[in-house]
Amino acid sequence: MTIIENLPSLFVSSASQGLLWSLLAIGVFLTFRILDIADLTAEGTFPLGGAVAATAIVNGLSPILATLLGFISGMIAGFISGILHTKLKIPALLAGIITMTGLYSINSRIMGAPNIPLLGQKNIFSWVNDFFVVEKVWAVVITGCIVLLLVILLLIFFFKTEIGLAIRATGDNPDMSEANGINTDTMKIIGYMISNGCIALAGSLLAQNNGFADLNSGVGTIVIGLASIIIAEVLFANKSFGIRLLTIVLGAIIYRFIIAIILEFPIDQNDLKLYSAIILVLCLTSPLLKNKLGRKRKKAHTTGGAK
Amino acid sequence: MKKRRWKTGLALLAGVALFGLSACKSTSNSSSNSKVKTIGVLQLVEHDSLDDAYKGFVAGLKENGYKEGDNLKLIFQNAQNNQDNLKSMSEKLVKEKPDLLLGIATPSAQSLLNETQTTPIVVTAVTDLKAAKLVQSDKKPGGNVTGTTDMVPIKQQIALLMSIVPKAKKVGIMYNSGEANSKIQAALAKKELQKAGVTVVEKTASTTNDVQQVTTSLANNTDAIYIPTDNTFASAASVVGEIAKEKKIPVITGSVGQTNDGGLATYGIDYRSLGKQTAKMAVKILKGKASPATMPVESSTDLQLVVNKEMAKALGIDPSSIKAPK
Repeated sequence: MTIIENLPSLFVSSASQGLLWSLLAIGVFLTFRILDIADLTAEGTFPLGGAVAATAIVNGLSPILATLLGFISGMIAGFISGILHTKLKIPALLAGIITMTGLYSINSRIMGAPNIPLLGQKNIFSWVNDFFVVEKVWAVVITGCIVLLLVILLLIFFFKTEIGLAIRATGDNPDMSEANGINTDTMKIIGYMISNGCIALAGSLLAQNNGFADLNSGVGTIVIGLASIIIAEVLFANKSFGIRLLTIVLGAIIYRFIIAIILEFPIDQNDLKLYSAIILVLCLTSPLLKNKLGRKRKKAHTTGGAK
Repeated sequence: MKKRRWKTGLALLAGVALFGLSACKSTSNSSSNSKVKTIGVLQLVEHDSLDDAYKGFVAGLKENGYKEGDNLKLIFQNAQNNQDNLKSMSEKLVKEKPDLLLGIATPSAQSLLNETQTTPIVVTAVTDLKAAKLVQSDKKPGGNVTGTTDMVPIKQQIALLMSIVPKAKKVGIMYNSGEANSKIQAALAKKELQKAGVTVVEKTASTTNDVQQVTTSLANNTDAIYIPTDNTFASAASVVGEIAKEKKIPVITGSVGQTNDGGLATYGIDYRSLGKQTAKMAVKILKGKASPATMPVESSTDLQLVVNKEMAKALGIDPSSIKAPK
């Protein structure tokens, strides 16, 4: 079995997971790029979403309601980070770390155990599965697409409203926004809430896809979010808001695809994280390399001074 | 500019794909022999006990005539504690159409079962298979999963503790509350200690960074400490050992590795022999002699008393005075 033969199925599986992970990436994007805040709450809100959804499902709630509760729980966590950052004047990085740390215990309380198995339970995908009668991976793709479409449309709509525009203005230039009568603190808090809601939504969907929610599943999630955003930005630059959200989805899929391909190598298993790190460095430095190469070419082509 | 961005991205992907192509040539030649059995292994994180379980599994297969590169193909995946990788890894392993899967530690086992309900799966280093929904019951698993539990004989371990410090009034239990296995064991140990009439003080640490303070705090306030088989405390066993020596406090651990690295004694399981035991179950399945649905979950048959002699001397205890509990 060669990797080339595997590529189609690798891509489908990466797409199914990437679609779900992209919700996390969109969440991270909202704070990181729109509000210009580095928010690390993600590593706590991601397992929070899983914890809430799993607990709800195990207690007999419908998977859709459970997923929705996951989203809401993330918004509450985001609200706390937002308050810590804006009202209590704690630097954004620390505020995120504080909430993330606190959430570890809260998640543990919610779950009542470090791991909740969802094997054999009804989940949001099985519902689609029954309805459309397709292979499981396609059920995930369909569900993922529906949820993403909903989220992206809502976000596009929201960021065109007065509040949405005020949030974007706050991220672009807080001083100017404040001078124009925008309550920047409130805008930031709303941004935090939507962002972490999306991240927890990703957590609740992925727990259902993975068959369990685990207290330690948040480790490394912020990296996945950032990597997806950067990959999207390397490939597609300067797009409008809506298109950017779509490119992030592609970024998340590509990231999972890269990981899936790394797994196909007969690499020493202890080196997995090193390879992931190298791929990330490649992604992150490619804009720089491209700029340098681009400038050289420009210089060679134009006689006048390029910028 | 747009085009160049595309090119960079494509070049990146092409590079990865090419590397993949060159890499796969070396591995694609072994499946031609139809007698070769393929086993996919998914391990959560590298860690002494889990590594030992895997080594024991491979050794056990070898003893039963399955040798890697000869008539056995092992595909090993280790998530390095990033749970987001477990799903991709399980999919990859199932895609290889293995004859058997091995899941080491609870999340890996759950992840494999989520991926296939047909391929036989054996698991090890899982404390409670039923609670993890891997099996319907330990006696009759009912599905495609069976294996060995690493549940330690907590009753005997507490008996061992009480035989070393019979006058203990306060005993500490420390573990990482984020680990499912530890939590179950800690609760059982607490029950046993309370039955023995001592006061229990529980302290938890969520990372190895907190181990030093937790240990110091307990060592100052208790007569002895019990640590279940816990990944976090196993990783920081030497830190525990240093404090135990300094404060002259006996530490009874859940696993042999922990005792060797910084405990006083344990009556417990050896993960290597647990791995071997798991291999025996795997062999039965590979040979078609049994199916997971009807193979009861096994617990370790190889219990042993292990005493850390250096620690005993440091605490002023004669190692030979420590006897295995009945």
